[in-house]
Amino acid sequence: MASAKPAALVIGAGIAGIQAALDLADAGFPVYLVEREPSVGGRMSQLDKTFPTLDCSSCILTPKMVDVGQHPNIELMTYSEVVAVEGEVGSFHVTIKKKPRYVEEDLCKGCGACAEACRMHGRVIDTFNQGLGKRAAIYVPFPQAVPLVYTIDPNACIYLTRGVCGKTFKCKDACPADAINFDQKEQFVEVDVAAIIVATGFDLIDPRTKPEFGYGVYPNVLTGLEFERLSSASGPTAGKILLNGKEPKDVVFIHCVGSRDPHTGVPYCSRICCMYTAKHAHLVRDKLPDARITVFYIDMRAFGKGYEEFYDRVKHEGVIYRRGEPSEVFKRGDKLVVRADDTLLRRTVEVEADLVVLATAVVPRADTEAVARLLGLERTPDGFFKEAHPKHCPVESTRPGVFLAGCCQGPKDIPDTVAQGKAAAAAAMGVLHQAMGNG
Amino acid sequence: MQADIQELAKELGLGLDLLGCIQCGKCTGGCPVSITTALNVRFLVYEALVDALPDLGGMEELWDCTCCFTCVERCPKDVRPAELIISLRSQLVESGKIPGTIGDALMSIFRQGNPLGFAREDRAAWAEGLGIKSAREGCEVLWFVGCVPSYDMRSQAVAKAAAKVFQAAGVDFGILGTEETCCGNEVRRVGEMGLFEMLVEEGKPLLESVGAPTMVTTSPHCFNTFKHEYNLEGMEVLHYTQFLARLIEEGKLTFSGKVERVVTYHDPCFLGKQNHVFDEPRAVLQAIPGVKFVEMDRIRERSLCCEGGGGRMWFEGTNTEERLAFQRVHEAAETGAEVLAVACPFCMSMLEDAVKVQGLEDRLKVMDILELVAEAM
Repeated sequence: MASAKPAALVIGAGIAGIQAALDLADAGFPVYLVEREPSVGGRMSQLDKTFPTLDCSSCILTPKMVDVGQHPNIELMTYSEVVAVEGEVGSFHVTIKKKPRYVEEDLCKGCGACAEACRMHGRVIDTFNQGLGKRAAIYVPFPQAVPLVYTIDPNACIYLTRGVCGKTFKCKDACPADAINFDQKEQFVEVDVAAIIVATGFDLIDPRTKPEFGYGVYPNVLTGLEFERLSSASGPTAGKILLNGKEPKDVVFIHCVGSRDPHTGVPYCSRICCMYTAKHAHLVRDKLPDARITVFYIDMRAFGKGYEEFYDRVKHEGVIYRRGEPSEVFKRGDKLVVRADDTLLRRTVEVEADLVVLATAVVPRADTEAVARLLGLERTPDGFFKEAHPKHCPVESTRPGVFLAGCCQGPKDIPDTVAQGKAAAAAAMGVLHQAMGNG
Repeated sequence: MQADIQELAKELGLGLDLLGCIQCGKCTGGCPVSITTALNVRFLVYEALVDALPDLGGMEELWDCTCCFTCVERCPKDVRPAELIISLRSQLVESGKIPGTIGDALMSIFRQGNPLGFAREDRAAWAEGLGIKSAREGCEVLWFVGCVPSYDMRSQAVAKAAAKVFQAAGVDFGILGTEETCCGNEVRRVGEMGLFEMLVEEGKPLLESVGAPTMVTTSPHCFNTFKHEYNLEGMEVLHYTQFLARLIEEGKLTFSGKVERVVTYHDPCFLGKQNHVFDEPRAVLQAIPGVKFVEMDRIRERSLCCEGGGGRMWFEGTNTEERLAFQRVHEAAETGAEVLAVACPFCMSMLEDAVKVQGLEDRLKVMDILELVAEAM
């Protein structure tokens, strides 16, 4: 990156940050792309298909992930976090902490021999799979990871937690590239950038905040993101919808879990749930042609290009939409029972289910306040980062030179996220050009 | 009508917000009686909003509501649907169109201070010879016994168990005896706001005059209204399960015996759903030596209502065939429990009747937590 041009920092390498970084880099500006996780990809890498086109999420995302990994103008810093930001628009001085992977990035070939050998193999909760599977203490989050470099989970590794792991390091012994290095320490890197794009993404609400749905009590009550992993060919069941080894016959989807509810701190509509639930219902129909599928909704919001048409399609596939938000899930014999007021029938109904999927609310990242303080950003009452003006300056934050992209500014679907990523890059280019003039 | 009902609710001190409703149906979907009766509170909210309520006099199902407040708990928009029912009931009370048995209970409260039709001077008869002092002598803990435990024979056993437990734990407690008067929790919920106001006006100074820093109630219903609707000054209000859990934690309540039985627990709506007291009753049960504690499926926030609240102790309901208490005792029996523990006199009455009607008497015994504690002392 021996460019004379001023650089940009992009924080977060989900689809928003990836897109923004690629657009800036393609325009000739150097980019530092910082990602907290061991791989780029973000939430989109966890998804099975995307609505309404049913493109495989990985298939459309992976080429872009590869691009950011190879782009001559992008310095990719995964497993890293921004820890300090000084200066102002045009001349920010940023400190980035690189967490130790205990694996040398330039030596690791990504072969996975270490994970096979790890004493914790199959024993560590696989967070990428939303806890539906188990992995080793040394891992890549998913096979298409960029960079394809293994990372040792410091909270799961026997050596790192207890100071000793048998007589000999199984992972080290197995590694053909001698890439494992337990002596790695965290490093701090300082960079100068003219503009910053924040693309830190979102969390999903813990459905236990709505105890009436029995999440955490019944193993066959899942969140939408868990369902994505269950349905994904790269997931723990290789894409088969199986619960305890059995195919569900009755599947019930519940909209608005935690959304539109000031009590959970989510007074807003999460925007994506109507459509991803329609997609989930389609996936169940596709994989389980005989399943009885019911979607309970309050108001159906199919607002995007091709969305209402997709909703029509899913209904014609035999997915039954019933108006009314379920109030309770309980057990009767081997079945779950979803109890709801069917508001069109004006009658309370009990629908049996083998699988219940909760469309949980999109919420700000748990560390949003810390990031806001770090970057000097403001937040809107919903907790997301505040744009400088909701209509005229939708990608500018309230701090000059810092731009927003994706769900850190509010819930949005993939097309809007990509659009905002591109818009943030374009807006940042204005600042970069000015900095170039000044330089 | 919409403006009238909303305005009326406001005058009655209720937080009803018809305009906030999004018709999601969470209220009715969680309403315990919405399958077994014609009551659909979500639809009522809409009818009230668009000025289309039918003649209330013909809506007997309005009296089916148990005021469990599941609808209020589940509503995402703070509409407080149950308070529409209370408002509508209050209109019926005003015009005298109320079920006769509820009228009798209200009259008995007005005249004798209890809904059961017993004489005020007999209120403390159960306590004779038990060495319980009058709260008037001064005490650390004012024990509000409640109407049902004072007069109902089955519940008197619970009151006696309470006295035994408090004495054994060395609690400095007293009761108000014949001065104790109905708390009015159900009075307010059947919509007799005038009588409720009177009970508060007379009860509040009486309770405060004792000067006890703590009041402990036998019933979650008394606990609920004293805690939230009396605005008692200088007095902490506790349900007895909270009080016992505290005594156990402080080492003041110890057990010398055992209760070698399998026990499950039914959450009372006024203690659980409405006041989120879920852990203390379980902590007390699990502290009793010998008890093997098992849970039913529908517990805590998802507990099933026994149908005893909101005036239903005095009104059979429009569906006497499919009582929820019948379902509930079967759920309890299915856990293998020998004892279905309760912490509320209404639950005791509803569930014990259900055990008899469902022929489960040789398998399942309904006991108050206090009785189990007393047995282990």
